[in-house]
Amino acid sequence: MSSPHIAQAPSVGHIMTRVLLALTPAIAAYVYAFGTAILISLTIATLTAILAESFMLRLRRYPILPFLRDGSAVVTAWLLALALPPLAPWWLIVIGVAFALIVAKHLYGGLGNNLFNPAMVGFAVLMISFPAYMNHWLAPAALAQAHLSFGGELRYMFSGALPPGIHLDAINMATPLDTLRTELHRQLTVGEIMKLPIYTAIGGQGSMLIAFATLLGGLYLLFTRIISWHVPVAFLGGLFLIASAFYTGDPSRFAAPWFHLMAGGAMLGAFFIATDPVSGATTPRGKLIFGLGIGLLTYIIRALGGYPDGVAFAVLLMNAAVPLIDAYTQPPVFGQKEDAP
Amino acid sequence: MRKLFTFHGGIHPPQHKALSTHVPITRAPLPSLLVVPLRQHIGAAAKLRVRPGDPILKGQRIGDADNAVSAAVHAPTSGRVVAVEPRPVAHPSGLPDTCVMIAPDGEERWIAHAPLDYSALPPSMVLDHLRDNGVVGLGGAVFPTHIKLNPGGGAIHTLVINGAECEPWITSDDMLMRERAAGIVRGIHIIRHLLEPTETVIGIEDNKPEAIAAMQAACDGHPIEVAAIPTLYPTGGEKQLIKVLTGKEVPSGGRAYQIGVICMNVATAYTIYRAIDHGEPVISRIVTITGNVQSPQNAEVLLGTPLKDLIALAGGALPGTQRYLMGGPMMGLELSATEIPVVKASNCFIAVSARHFPPPPPALPCIRCTRCASVCPVDLRPYELYWFARGNNFGKAQEYSLFDCIECGGCDYVCPSHIPLVQYYRFAKSEIWAQEKDKRAADKARQHHEFRQFRLEREKTEKAKKHAKATAGASSGDDKKAAIQAAVARAQAKKSAITPKNTDNLPPQAQEAIAAIDARRGQPRDASISPLSGADREEDTMKPAATHQETGEER
Repeated sequence: MSSPHIAQAPSVGHIMTRVLLALTPAIAAYVYAFGTAILISLTIATLTAILAESFMLRLRRYPILPFLRDGSAVVTAWLLALALPPLAPWWLIVIGVAFALIVAKHLYGGLGNNLFNPAMVGFAVLMISFPAYMNHWLAPAALAQAHLSFGGELRYMFSGALPPGIHLDAINMATPLDTLRTELHRQLTVGEIMKLPIYTAIGGQGSMLIAFATLLGGLYLLFTRIISWHVPVAFLGGLFLIASAFYTGDPSRFAAPWFHLMAGGAMLGAFFIATDPVSGATTPRGKLIFGLGIGLLTYIIRALGGYPDGVAFAVLLMNAAVPLIDAYTQPPVFGQKEDAP
Repeated sequence: MRKLFTFHGGIHPPQHKALSTHVPITRAPLPSLLVVPLRQHIGAAAKLRVRPGDPILKGQRIGDADNAVSAAVHAPTSGRVVAVEPRPVAHPSGLPDTCVMIAPDGEERWIAHAPLDYSALPPSMVLDHLRDNGVVGLGGAVFPTHIKLNPGGGAIHTLVINGAECEPWITSDDMLMRERAAGIVRGIHIIRHLLEPTETVIGIEDNKPEAIAAMQAACDGHPIEVAAIPTLYPTGGEKQLIKVLTGKEVPSGGRAYQIGVICMNVATAYTIYRAIDHGEPVISRIVTITGNVQSPQNAEVLLGTPLKDLIALAGGALPGTQRYLMGGPMMGLELSATEIPVVKASNCFIAVSARHFPPPPPALPCIRCTRCASVCPVDLRPYELYWFARGNNFGKAQEYSLFDCIECGGCDYVCPSHIPLVQYYRFAKSEIWAQEKDKRAADKARQHHEFRQFRLEREKTEKAKKHAKATAGASSGDDKKAAIQAAVARAQAKKSAITPKNTDNLPPQAQEAIAAIDARRGQPRDASISPLSGADREEDTMKPAATHQETGEER
């Protein structure tokens, strides 16, 4: 055996476990704001991930247990489940997670080789294939006209049947970003739209709480050095700057920058999705460019594009640019700096 | 207080240094057999100057510096040379190397030696003295000191003395500084005399407060500064230490003297002092023996002492010892046998047990987490180098500065996928070296080939010229015809001289018939033998011989 002869304890498995741990505040906030349905979708996603991962590892003749234990498949599953509508039908989750792991991860060469963020690939596939289901969001608990019990949620997710007397519209509601978009199309001003009951908190009912909980988990990752500050800061900074510019230009047509930070997948994207090491940029300057690009594209898609939220597509577009970004941002090595004597 | 600088990255592995520092330096007993390799330094092996059976004295030179980059080797004690043969040595290849086997007589009789009055001598003679006393860098690289102290060209403004000792477990420099600070300072004086630097600074990691105090006391009143530097692996790397103490970066692929700095290890300074002030060659060194042994300690050990004698000195290996390392856990070498001797590069031996050196978990794929890049002291992208090395994309690996890698192992240490990264870099480096060697050979072969083509062409034109000249002569054509006819006649004569054995008793008609057939056969056959085709054939047979000779000469 050659040197070095010692190694630090943390492994890929430890890192992924920490990421899952960091997601728990966000999940708790979800349960508080939207009910227990998210727990069901997380469970479906986790089971699908374990099955899909094992299946692909077996096909590729890899040892299943050591690779399952790295936890990366479950992280992908949780991130996708958190990005999907909480009361999504079971097959939507299964298709999304299976596509993410089988196609976006393993067909690209497995852990470490995927060019695109698997969770976001799964999300994009569902968004394009099943747009109607992707816009069925649960109404925040405070605004919903009816509530489903845990059993009711379970039954709806697996059979699509609702308890008698409850109409889908009573439990579902468009997301704050979606509402903003629709109402703007109806020629309302942002000022008028923001008076709607869903906007009583920044980013929308429920969104703000979840955003702060996600931020809490993100800060944990930052302080335990699982992630570096570059991507979240550049992402949120970029989003804030471009939103500010548009907002200053025409506050009646463009929402405030703080709204954009709190709404949709901005926080989850900044701390948990864009920080995926495999599909993200790796050099310090590259990470800044990568994060900034996602922030800008997210806003452009939200404000000017065809989808209410743009995080997934922004991440995928910037994933495609990573090899180029990395190649052009290599820092000088020791003794090759220009100011070296 | 000196302004200190930082280099990028670095790690804080567990130290385990206190284990071997609570007892003073001991003296290892004389082993029953010393195994002294002739190659204990970077460069050419020393040239043997003793024979089996020779009686020898302590400090007697047994090998001369054989090249520009080489150093002498000496007998560590008095006794008799019993053999000169290949023996297992501490080398990554695991291959044996030529060693002088010495059976000590136990009398420790010194060869005549005397201090050198270096101030009265020209520097070159002082350097020759160091070379002939086998002084090499004891920090690990074992580069001959007489070459390092003769940088040539620009002036050296800063002399850096390396007392960092950043590798975990190792404490030999620490103990040397604690106990023999005055000798180190004398050595530094001699180096200062040779280099005349404007400033001299000793860098010691702040996890060695006793050594710092001892060196500060010894340097009191001397123009030598002692700097306590933050403990961070690999601060003891030459380029890293120079950066920390001066803020300057040695250029990539360059050497320290190019920026006016020379870096010397404290143990080297000490051997310089012994060689000059006492005339003693390098025949021993301080060695840490630690890890899974009964009583870890530092000992002054004669070079050539087998590892097993050191293990015995440390009270024996404890149960659970799996293997032994020479050097530290980060850059040390695994030894194949306990018969391997102490050499000038041996600062430490570690008995490895699973408790402190758990086997690494199986490697997982790289997830590009960039922890490796964040600890790299050279600011490389280890994950990219790994990717390129794995894909045999060596050109790209070189483009990403593979050869700036100092193999400190920091990237390996932090890798959450437990990929043996340094092994990949070593593989890529050796592949590139091999490819370059092949390329040089191929270039040479191509040059040979092109030259041969040119030469054949030239000979052809010369021949043609000669031929043209010859045919220009009037009678040359007739001469040729005559020669051909003569040859035909000779051949026919030869043929008729041979008598077929079974034609003696044949009837005359049969004999005539045979003669007629022979005549018929002979005619066309003779006509076909033209002198030209014969010459052609001759040239053909000559060709391979000429080629063979040519390649034999020029390769």
